[in-house]
Amino acid sequence: MSFIELQDVYKIYKNGVTAIADMSLKIKKGDFVFVIGHTACGKSTLIKMLYREEKPTKGNVFVGGVNVAKLKNSKVYKLRRKIGIVFQDYKLLPKLTAYENVAFVLESYGYKESEIKPKVIEALTRVGLKEKLRSFPDEMSGGEQQRVCIARAIVNKPKVLVCDEPTGNLDPDTSKEIMKVIDSINKEMGTTIIMATHDRDIVNRMKKRVVVIKEGVIAGDYEKGSYKVDEAH
Amino acid sequence: MKPIRILFRSISSAFKSVIRNLSLSVASISCIIITLILVAFAVLLSANINNFTSDIEDDLTMVVFVKKETTDEEIEDLKKNIDAVPNIRDVVYKSKVQIKDEMSKEDETYNRIMSEWKEDENPLKPAFIISVDKIEVMGETANTIMNLEHVDIVKYGKNMVESLVDIFDIVKKVTYVAVIALVFVTAFLISNTIKITIYSRKNEIDIMRLVGTSNMVIKLPFLFEGLFLGIIGSILPVIFTIYGYIFLYDKMGGVMFTKIISLINPYDFVFKVSAVLVVIGAVVGMYGSYKAVRRYLKI
Ligand SMILES: Nc1ncnc2c1ncn2[C@@H]1O[C@H](COP(=O)(O)OP(=O)(O)O)[C@@H](O)[C@H]1O
Ligand SMILES: [Mg+2]
Repeated sequence: MSFIELQDVYKIYKNGVTAIADMSLKIKKGDFVFVIGHTACGKSTLIKMLYREEKPTKGNVFVGGVNVAKLKNSKVYKLRRKIGIVFQDYKLLPKLTAYENVAFVLESYGYKESEIKPKVIEALTRVGLKEKLRSFPDEMSGGEQQRVCIARAIVNKPKVLVCDEPTGNLDPDTSKEIMKVIDSINKEMGTTIIMATHDRDIVNRMKKRVVVIKEGVIAGDYEKGSYKVDEAH
Repeated sequence: MKPIRILFRSISSAFKSVIRNLSLSVASISCIIITLILVAFAVLLSANINNFTSDIEDDLTMVVFVKKETTDEEIEDLKKNIDAVPNIRDVVYKSKVQIKDEMSKEDETYNRIMSEWKEDENPLKPAFIISVDKIEVMGETANTIMNLEHVDIVKYGKNMVESLVDIFDIVKKVTYVAVIALVFVTAFLISNTIKITIYSRKNEIDIMRLVGTSNMVIKLPFLFEGLFLGIIGSILPVIFTIYGYIFLYDKMGGVMFTKIISLINPYDFVFKVSAVLVVIGAVVGMYGSYKAVRRYLKI
């Protein structure tokens, strides 16, 4: 079994919308995979099923050998400690500094202050925010806030980083910077990356595996940047 | 130690929250204060009532006079019948002669008059001196005895005792009802305060869930918040209990109602009552927050 594996997965929302239909997908450990497609094709739904924010209606979703689809609610937190999540809207706490926004994850796990500090500094250094530890979110640019979000996602050294349109709110130059950070996490930490995006520039430049989704089904799966813009349309 | 660190972090987070939502916290705390002062009042009063009803009971006797022309055998039968009546603790028979002797000893004037009586001129009636188990049903007991054969008159301190017991019984019941109602109002107010806290921290809770914070760690601060509200709310009632009761006790010289009733000694007693108040405050607070967490913090 692959590190991440979807087997015949359906997701039908309560309102009757079929967001994912009969999807099967395998992702190896350490891979970097883009998930692309039009708005409402089901990218976010796929990502959310990986960290059990949504439960598949049918089928199995394995992450690191665990069938997430069958996971009890009370055990979900254990799964999430192994998955870093990067959001389009960063989801930072406005009253906490960059340092505190990252540290509070480990605090809530019950870590010692002396264990927390080096890990937080390391994570913030990796995303290039060593100089901004004491800045509050409203004192930082969008790109910097996204870096804090990434630092928070990797501070516990997860095996997988899932990103849902991490550059969706950023200009092209800032997006490039963010992609460098994510790429370095993949290369240097060996973290498996699954990133939903509809930024075709980024996808074309990075030359990674590309999974194309169309109306909830996989319309194409391309190795190492072999995907062309017109093929998906 | 991980669990201890988590505990301390929850406590400090709960404390900050009490201060952040000050106006709501004050409303809940005020309600707890009122409730607990009433509880204190009820406990102090009913403990003292139980104490003095047993005080009175010790002295309380009923006198049953037997009809004059009753024979010794009939008296013997009557004693058996009285013994069979429920609520009787003790029965002592006093003959005419015994009563005469006792009265003579007690009072010089009686003595002078009675010493002139001849043996068969004694106008007194023989009597049974009866003590009962429960004052509350003393009236019934008296009626039952009254209906027995050869009984002439039954006497006891009927009106005073019965009306005191009745009044305190009503006071107790009213207080209990008020306390129970207030406990519910308080629990509701606390639960409402915690609900607002949960909503105001929704953002933070959502993020904690996403980053893998355990459910216990997410819930604990809210439970502590209710606990704090309860304990903070019990401070004033405890002061009220300790100083109020000691003050009253001193002021009244340790007795109530012209010395029939001695009040419970304040030391130890006030501290026990205070402990009860703190425990009630804590339990009501936890219950309120538990309800809010169950209802509004679904994980
Ligand atoms: N919570 C939800 N309840 C009902 N329908 C939803 C929900 N989330 C998403 N959908 C629907 O599912 C489909 C896929 O949505 P989504 O996965 O968010 O797509 P994408 O991220 O690719 O834009 C859309 O039609 C959307 O309206
Ligand atoms: Mg989306």
